[in-house]
Amino acid sequence: MSTENLHPDRVAAPDYRFGQPHLIGLADYSPDDIRYVLQQAAYFREVLERPVPKLPTLRDKTIVNLFYENSTRTRISFELAQKRMGADVVNFSSSSSSVKKGESLKDTIRNIESMKIDMVVVRHESPGVPHFLKRCVDAAIINAGDGAHEHPTQALLDMFSMQQVKPAIKGLKVVIIGDIQHSRVVRSNIIGLTKLGAEVILCGPRTMMPMFVHEMGVTVSHNLEECLAWCDVAMALRIQLERQEGGLFPSLREYHERFGIRMEHLERYPDFTVMHPGPINRGVELESDVADSDRAVILSQVTNGLAIRMAVLYLLSGRREL
Amino acid sequence: MLQPNVLFINVQLADASGVRDYNTVNSLRIRDGKIAETGLNLSPENGEQLIDGKGAFLSPGWMDMHVHLREPGLEHKETIKSGCAAAAAGGFTAVACMPNTKPAIHTRDVVEYIVNRSASLPVEVHPIGCVSKDRKGESLAEMADMKEGGAVAFSDDGDPVYNARLMRTALEYAAMLDMPVINHEEDLDLSRPGHMHEGRVSTRLGLAGTPSIAEEVMIARDILLAELTGGHVHVAHISTRRGVEMVREAKAKGIRVTTEVCPHHFDLTDEEVERSEFDTNFKMHPPLRTADDVEAMIAGLADGTIDAICTDHAPHSVEEKEVEFIYAPNGILGLQTAWSVVVKQLLDTGRMSLPQVLRTLIDAPRTILRLPVPGLDAGQPANLTLFDTSTKWTYTAVVNKSKSRNSPYLNQTLKGAALGIYNRSQWVPNEAVLS
Repeated sequence: MSTENLHPDRVAAPDYRFGQPHLIGLADYSPDDIRYVLQQAAYFREVLERPVPKLPTLRDKTIVNLFYENSTRTRISFELAQKRMGADVVNFSSSSSSVKKGESLKDTIRNIESMKIDMVVVRHESPGVPHFLKRCVDAAIINAGDGAHEHPTQALLDMFSMQQVKPAIKGLKVVIIGDIQHSRVVRSNIIGLTKLGAEVILCGPRTMMPMFVHEMGVTVSHNLEECLAWCDVAMALRIQLERQEGGLFPSLREYHERFGIRMEHLERYPDFTVMHPGPINRGVELESDVADSDRAVILSQVTNGLAIRMAVLYLLSGRREL
Repeated sequence: MLQPNVLFINVQLADASGVRDYNTVNSLRIRDGKIAETGLNLSPENGEQLIDGKGAFLSPGWMDMHVHLREPGLEHKETIKSGCAAAAAGGFTAVACMPNTKPAIHTRDVVEYIVNRSASLPVEVHPIGCVSKDRKGESLAEMADMKEGGAVAFSDDGDPVYNARLMRTALEYAAMLDMPVINHEEDLDLSRPGHMHEGRVSTRLGLAGTPSIAEEVMIARDILLAELTGGHVHVAHISTRRGVEMVREAKAKGIRVTTEVCPHHFDLTDEEVERSEFDTNFKMHPPLRTADDVEAMIAGLADGTIDAICTDHAPHSVEEKEVEFIYAPNGILGLQTAWSVVVKQLLDTGRMSLPQVLRTLIDAPRTILRLPVPGLDAGQPANLTLFDTSTKWTYTAVVNKSKSRNSPYLNQTLKGAALGIYNRSQWVPNEAVLS
């Protein structure tokens, strides 16, 4: 089979085999690993359109969702994906502060492992917790967000959503807008998008740009107008209100004036698609009408998230063929 | 066990002034705990313990002027006894211990407690008293009284002396007592909530960064205050290139500033946090910085800008350190591995000569702390370190003498070993390496 005619987002290596034991970050995944997950997710996306959207291939698997940080959509998305695939699911939610006072994370995870679990989905405020768990237990680890480090399933669902509205990720022009410094979503997206050949510009206040981020293969801009004129996809990130209290920008009003996507932008630049990982601060990152417009694919991002998580669970369960 | 009479044979005598000609002098006799004579092929006498150095170096005893012994109050991490055992195994005959204990070393009775607890140990322990009462950074501790009790310097280490007015007052008061003020240089507003050096790696890992500027701003302030007051400021555990440059400039101007560097800061970089996948044994304050900073530390040692090598030996128990990265306390062990890192980064690279290195370990810390510098001449108290630059040994949990084991060098095979120390009439061989 000639690879020249292959779609650029398809797995390139003819003898490719998915061999990843965990999904801790896209930093560990090769371009073909990422392409493969996206291809598998396309299948699960079709399953979700069926009258009975279930595929009980994980009936013999037990999965624990360890959420040490508040999360609504990611936790629900994982849990739903697990249930659609017939896995036995247990949920453990706790605020980090209460855990700090009580049992150590190592003791918690080793206790849970003793109950014979196959996979751990973890969300935690500290970067590196998925790596820490990998050292503690044998189960497959899926990172559902570790501090401002990585959130790989979010980036995968973002890329999947881009594939739905644009010809390919290779060559795609993506601008990511907002609080770059504190975002795990942006790190995974930078890694994934650049691995698949997209061009990425980060746009936001200088105070929320981490040092040396331009060395991650991206360009930095502080001019939203120029970015929107250039891009195929504009991804706005949630502004955490405590960042303003921390003095990183003067006011939400000024933020919206300079970095919020408004209807006038959609009119001036008719080609770009609006994305947002949610939850949206309406009137801050996005004017409310922008969020609801047909240029925004925010809700299909959510549906795609389910497909991505089903694909990831499936691949990491040890199953190889559908 | 007291061994007042010892004969070292087949040893190369070395100190900051040079290495003695091995064909002229290769043995050193200790009688009643004092150096009796040095010479060529001295013969053993009755009742002497004979120690064959097999060509190893014998120098005046080394001193680590920045360790945390955790006693009183934090004995689950380290005790004076276990910390001194680690010091002895690392070749150190003296340490100066930082006051962030519970209670803090902020009154004469705590100073004396430490002096008394360590009086019979082969490793001398010199307490560093607090600058401020309860180490709170508000008002001066009883410095003169602590000096009477045996304190050798003042510091609120663990935390900076943050208030510039308090730092000025401390430098003035300590200058009156002819004592140095050692400051942990960190602008907390710039550094918090940092968990590693702010740079490329922190950006990739999404960890909040501690920027170099947080250290440099405080060094700049303290140099200016030292210039104003005529006090002696000692910059603790320097770690940034710009910091070294500022100390170099200040010394050239005649300002009374000295500094020290830890082996990990001239060996490891922030890349280790990523490579080790968030191993908390790479988390300390100041953080591991960049290869450029490492180079600046070595250059600063080589040209004498950095006076002393210290370890900032900071024991933390396994349960404290084996946690999520952002919850882990700062600090790593250092006493037992310092020499091997010196060999690797300074001697084997040819960046420094052995006498230059010995100055940073023997003369510099004691000069800064106004302590007598031990020598190799007859009549002096025998205070000695036996070491080589070639023995390969593995730093295992068994070899480790500390109560804690938070070291990034654990289970690594290292080159160059402290073979034993002699001090206070006691010979302490480093059994783990000798066997």
